[in-house]
Amino acid sequence: MSALLEVERVTMRFGGLTAVDDASMAVPEGAITGLIGPNGAGKTTLFAVISGFLAPTAGRVRYRGDDITDLSVHVRAERGIARTFQVVQPFAGLSVRENIAVGAYLRHAAREEALAAAGAVAERVGLTRMLDQQAGALTVAGRKRLELARALATEPTLLLLDEVLAGLNPSEIRDMIPVIRRIRDDGITILIVEHVMQAVMNLCDRVHVIAQGKLIAEGTPAEVARNPRVVEAYLGHGAAERMLRVQGGG
Amino acid sequence: MSALRPYAAILAVLAVLAVLPVVFTSGTMQNFLIFTLIVALAGQGWNLLGGYGGQFSFGHASFFGTGAYAIAILQERLGLNPWLALPIAIGLGALVGAVIGTLAFRARLRGSYFALVTLAFAEVFRIVANVLPVTGGAAGILIRLNVDPLNFQFADRAAFHWLTLLFLGAVMLLVRALERGRFGARLVAVRENEDAARALGVDVLRVKIAAITLSGAITAAAGCLYAQKFLYLDAMIAYGPWISVEALLAPIIGGLGTVFGPVLGAFVLHGIGELTKTWIATLTGGALPGVDLVLFGVLLIITVGFAPRGILGLLPRLRVRAA
Amino acid sequence: MYSPEILLTAVLNGLMTGSVYALIALGLTLVYGVLHIINFAHGATLTAAMFAVYVLHGAAGLDPYVAMIVTVPGLFALGYAVQRLVIGPASHGDDGNILLVTLGLAIIIENALLAWFRSDTRSIDVPYGFSVIEVGTLFLSLPRVIAVFGVLLVALLLWLFLARSTTGQAIRAVAKEKTGAALVGIDVGHIYAVTFGLGAACLAVAASLLMPTFLVNPRIGNAFVLVAFTIVVLGGMGSIPGALLGGLFIGVVESLSGLFMGESLGQIGIFLIFILVLLIRPTGLFGAKA
Repeated sequence: MSALLEVERVTMRFGGLTAVDDASMAVPEGAITGLIGPNGAGKTTLFAVISGFLAPTAGRVRYRGDDITDLSVHVRAERGIARTFQVVQPFAGLSVRENIAVGAYLRHAAREEALAAAGAVAERVGLTRMLDQQAGALTVAGRKRLELARALATEPTLLLLDEVLAGLNPSEIRDMIPVIRRIRDDGITILIVEHVMQAVMNLCDRVHVIAQGKLIAEGTPAEVARNPRVVEAYLGHGAAERMLRVQGGG
Repeated sequence: MSALRPYAAILAVLAVLAVLPVVFTSGTMQNFLIFTLIVALAGQGWNLLGGYGGQFSFGHASFFGTGAYAIAILQERLGLNPWLALPIAIGLGALVGAVIGTLAFRARLRGSYFALVTLAFAEVFRIVANVLPVTGGAAGILIRLNVDPLNFQFADRAAFHWLTLLFLGAVMLLVRALERGRFGARLVAVRENEDAARALGVDVLRVKIAAITLSGAITAAAGCLYAQKFLYLDAMIAYGPWISVEALLAPIIGGLGTVFGPVLGAFVLHGIGELTKTWIATLTGGALPGVDLVLFGVLLIITVGFAPRGILGLLPRLRVRAA
Repeated sequence: MYSPEILLTAVLNGLMTGSVYALIALGLTLVYGVLHIINFAHGATLTAAMFAVYVLHGAAGLDPYVAMIVTVPGLFALGYAVQRLVIGPASHGDDGNILLVTLGLAIIIENALLAWFRSDTRSIDVPYGFSVIEVGTLFLSLPRVIAVFGVLLVALLLWLFLARSTTGQAIRAVAKEKTGAALVGIDVGHIYAVTFGLGAACLAVAASLLMPTFLVNPRIGNAFVLVAFTIVVLGGMGSIPGALLGGLFIGVVESLSGLFMGESLGQIGIFLIFILVLLIRPTGLFGAKA
């Protein structure tokens, strides 16, 4: 597996605050990579740098070996990088089909083709029945699927998912996980920023952990979960030791 | 036939509008109809940028006046045939749109700031046109009377009505085609959410500039027709705030971001306006200037506050209630 | 080239005009700073205030300065009511809607005045209209000097009100953090309306200061409104010191460009500044919000 996306020593400062500090990571092709971390760790900032919504203070982002740090968002989309938004952003005045078609128009100039492509994408994420509804009328779960569908409609190589499970209830999460897996199985590389731990452990092939702006661990979900630095980052100082003791005792 | 279906309603409305000068033969009525069609055309230009693209301009006079002055100056000062001057004038309107759009959108102006900067540009045009010798300065510019269809002047008002309708119809069909295609989808996406549009590969800046360029061309065409109909311009007519206001009132009151909105809005506004003026005149025995505009202002506030999708937005609701 | 005396006179004239501009801009920037809205009806409201002074003088024989006793509370009440009953309910808090609603108000006011007073230009005669005071070799118009001090007084009073009074503190709290202010029990709707009323009251004062030397017609507000927007943008949206400095600056620019380019082109300088500031530095030249 070669790296489709490489983050090289990215630093992001806002005034005196360093949100991301010298972070480097790679997203291997064909896999689901997770980026996790406690609240305020800098994962949203790093995600914004990768997707092109923020220009980093220092460092580079490479995609297929090319430096894309200075490319604007829409050019990244043309190159095959799509993203979703944590706070869903449907085009309220448009139907679900038309929403998805805005993404599909990136590869299909003609209306009929774009609408057909939108219909096909809707089927992949389970939105077929809602195609003619107004996007504003969808439930939260529906909107999350719409986010996913619009991004997929741009026919990306790399899909960046920003907390696509946040705000869903456990049964909705259970329904969504196979949808994301299937996208990977279709050959699309995924980088997912996620808060919902159980989902990350379930979904991801590899996980990177960020805390206080620094990447502190990397590995399979199982490895990362055992990593004392990760446990401490999430649960506070001394937590890893206590957990070991508890496990030893039990 | 099915390829024509999305356009059938437009063709039907155009057919009705085409019959009007046959039914109403009085000169006053025919002049009223032509003026209203010109306002509707200017409104179509505003609606493309403001209704579909969500960028509210307060200065569409910049385009209207550029079209009007260009066709007048090219005829009177350079002796060009007005039919040849027409495409140049429309092109200049597009150019002004492209320049203002590039400057304003590159500076990321939106909302109130965009409205203000477009207004300021229109005022600069107005002040300059008021002093330049080529525009006739404060005295204005007259287009010499030379009634001949080859000279874009018609003895028959109905002919001018149909010509104006031809422009309006062409623009309506164009807007419908855009609405159903990639450009329209992207424009609406930009209106609804720029970040989301960008993430889907939409070059937001380019879409906005394309929209204001086309918008400028359409409104400049309205300016050309105005100049050829009334054969006189001064800075207040061509670049005055009245046309910036007319161009935005018609689509907002008729139905923002719809093909029929500007046409419906122009006819409803000016219909009500004329009726009120006549009514007040018979009531008080004298004209009361500005009373129609007071009414327009009230309608604007009511529409924005309580019928954001305009008269067209109210229609389906009424139908549902009736059923 | 002009003699230093002519230039100095032009600059002083500019400063005197600019001080009234500053007062008009003060009302606009106050409303922007608190409500974050651009009040497009500001110019038309000024016109209405000027006609009020004109009518009070003609019908009741009130001196323009005395008329403030009526117009300042009157315009405050009108501003309060319009924000509470029209702008607030009709705009649903949306930026674009507010712009259109205030545009609608401007159209209504301007044309109602047109219907009432017709398009004639009017002015009032006061005994001191042409009085001058001598400063060295220069003669300065007395009403315009009064205007300068009037504006300074209003600015001082407004500043004291915002800094010291309970309502003033509430206004500043709402300007800074609307949600937080609401949480501590401040009635945001009331504060919005009070601020709008204050903005209108500034115009009542400006009208009284203008009328002894100026003329009025239903469209006169348009001449002021874009100038006021320029000042507000130049001074930084929401900044009171910015509005004062910006007003004086624009007054001088207008006066000097009038001198060099002629009256009719003089205003172009202002609009070009306006466009340039918007395009290059929309946060204003004189820094951040107050």
